[in-house]
Amino acid sequence: MIERISHNQLFQLILANIRELIREPGVLFWGIIFPILMSLGLGVAFTRKKDVVTNIGVIGQTHFRKITVPDDKLGNNTFIFQSLTWKEAMIKLKRGNLNLILEEKNGAVQYHFDPMNPDAQLTYLKLARVLNTPTSLGKATNSEILPLKVNGTRYIDFLIPGLIAMGVMMSCMWGVSYAIIERRSKKLLRRMVATPMKRSNFLIALITVRVMMNFVEAGLLFLFAWLAFNITVQGNVAALFALFIAGNFAFAGIAIFISSHTAKTEVGNGLINALSMPMMVLSGVFFSYHNFPEWSIPVIQKFPLTMMADGIRSIMTEGAGFAETVLPIAILASTGLIFFVAGMKIFRWH
Amino acid sequence: MNVEPIIEIRNVHKSFKTVQAVRGIDLCISPGQFVAVLGPNGAGKTTLVEMIEGIQQPDFGDIFIMGKTWKGNEKYLRHLIGLSLQETHFIDKLSVWETLRLFASFFEIGKDRCEETLNLIGLEEKRKAWVVNLSGGQRQRLALGIALLNKPRVLLLDEPTTGLDPNARREIWAILLKLKNQLNTSLVLTTHYMEEAEQLCDYIVIIDHGKILKQGSIAELLGEIQDLPVKPLEIRKITLDDLFISLTGRHLND
Repeated sequence: MIERISHNQLFQLILANIRELIREPGVLFWGIIFPILMSLGLGVAFTRKKDVVTNIGVIGQTHFRKITVPDDKLGNNTFIFQSLTWKEAMIKLKRGNLNLILEEKNGAVQYHFDPMNPDAQLTYLKLARVLNTPTSLGKATNSEILPLKVNGTRYIDFLIPGLIAMGVMMSCMWGVSYAIIERRSKKLLRRMVATPMKRSNFLIALITVRVMMNFVEAGLLFLFAWLAFNITVQGNVAALFALFIAGNFAFAGIAIFISSHTAKTEVGNGLINALSMPMMVLSGVFFSYHNFPEWSIPVIQKFPLTMMADGIRSIMTEGAGFAETVLPIAILASTGLIFFVAGMKIFRWH
Repeated sequence: MNVEPIIEIRNVHKSFKTVQAVRGIDLCISPGQFVAVLGPNGAGKTTLVEMIEGIQQPDFGDIFIMGKTWKGNEKYLRHLIGLSLQETHFIDKLSVWETLRLFASFFEIGKDRCEETLNLIGLEEKRKAWVVNLSGGQRQRLALGIALLNKPRVLLLDEPTTGLDPNARREIWAILLKLKNQLNTSLVLTTHYMEEAEQLCDYIVIIDHGKILKQGSIAELLGEIQDLPVKPLEIRKITLDDLFISLTGRHLND
């Protein structure tokens, strides 16, 4: 039985891919860790805007809607106040649409935010200055800070799902796409296709090993987050599993499509970067995409990375289940299928 | 006795955009026959091999391998063919043994044949060495070993020794000569080296601009050179090099 399995071409292809992966630590670093570091760098650099618009949740009714503080040097600061219930405010906070909640109690303004979130801290400092200025709101000088420690509202709760989704995207893009292009450029595909190898087995093995690796990576990241920050899955684990698989399938399909034709690794690099970089920056991995102009948000929400990150976030922090995530799961799975089939139609083996 | 050809090529044409790579080639190769296809760069050698190999389809004409065309018979024919290219990079961080096992699995071949092949190509001592750590000659021997794993009826070697030093080249020749005496395999070899063709093959095909200029046994071809308009200037033993230059006006490596 074991001898029969060891003769099986799919088994040997999977084994070859695993061996190649574990014997090349550079693949792990350049394929996964480096893009994360790079995107972190971009996230830090991408902080200064001409006008900073910040949404503030106000529990209960508020008579003012908007305050703009002119600042010639750093750009204007605009605070938009939304009257919300606690439940609505918490959902918006978890989704990154707000980072600070105001509540008036016994004549004092209470600020609710995650003290570990630098954006929230900055908002608090700016807003406190505005609210304590007699010309803008004379009576609100008596205030206190109430740190939010509820799981799901902290910056780290926002960050981890984004990192998991981004890890899957980068791993598929580099691990599947680049591997195919490199093997084509080195004529290994041509050599393999001259044998009775089942062509689908080659791709199945590549994707299988990549998904296995993504599970290990996401699992380790989650384990770290659980141990260090007490992050838990508040929603349906089966839905999270399904979403993770659908996301892997979507990115693997896209990876096969973009690597279906070219034999030049330079072109492959360009294609992978052209596709993954905008998603890394725009899809709400490190900060909410609600910071981008209103018109761009419906477009950003249709990116596979946004769908995956938002879906994982809703399950992990908002307690969502299949009912809330069935649509992104179906769209991601369909995306994978469409790109996979289209990629196979135009796939060049030599 | 009339022997059925193992490869039969009938009036094959192939073009790429504006380039006519192959223009009306006819060729029959018998079982066990070793055939060298000689030609300068761009002559159409590789396109011809790719069409025999089934990865390019002729625009016109037919290619039969053991009486079958590629259409509808790909799975069957892939089991009959062994291939080695001028340069194939196998997976760098797989060992020699792992690489043989991987390719053997495509043919559903077990460990015993891998062991035999390892002995045949003389890489027993390198069994555990990663491909990336092999010399150029050793890599080419591994490529040849992979081509021989399935005991092919047709072995296609596309410039298998180009870029190798003379010793490494002779090691490849030794394996092929051993094979010639052991298996009933037909060989189609494209090469830049006249000496290689003379050492290994009993039948020579000279092509240029996609057409066969001459074909025959070495003795036949050398006999014909007396009738050619351009003759070697020096008084010495006439070689295939002289014949090639007389036919094409170029050196083989041009």
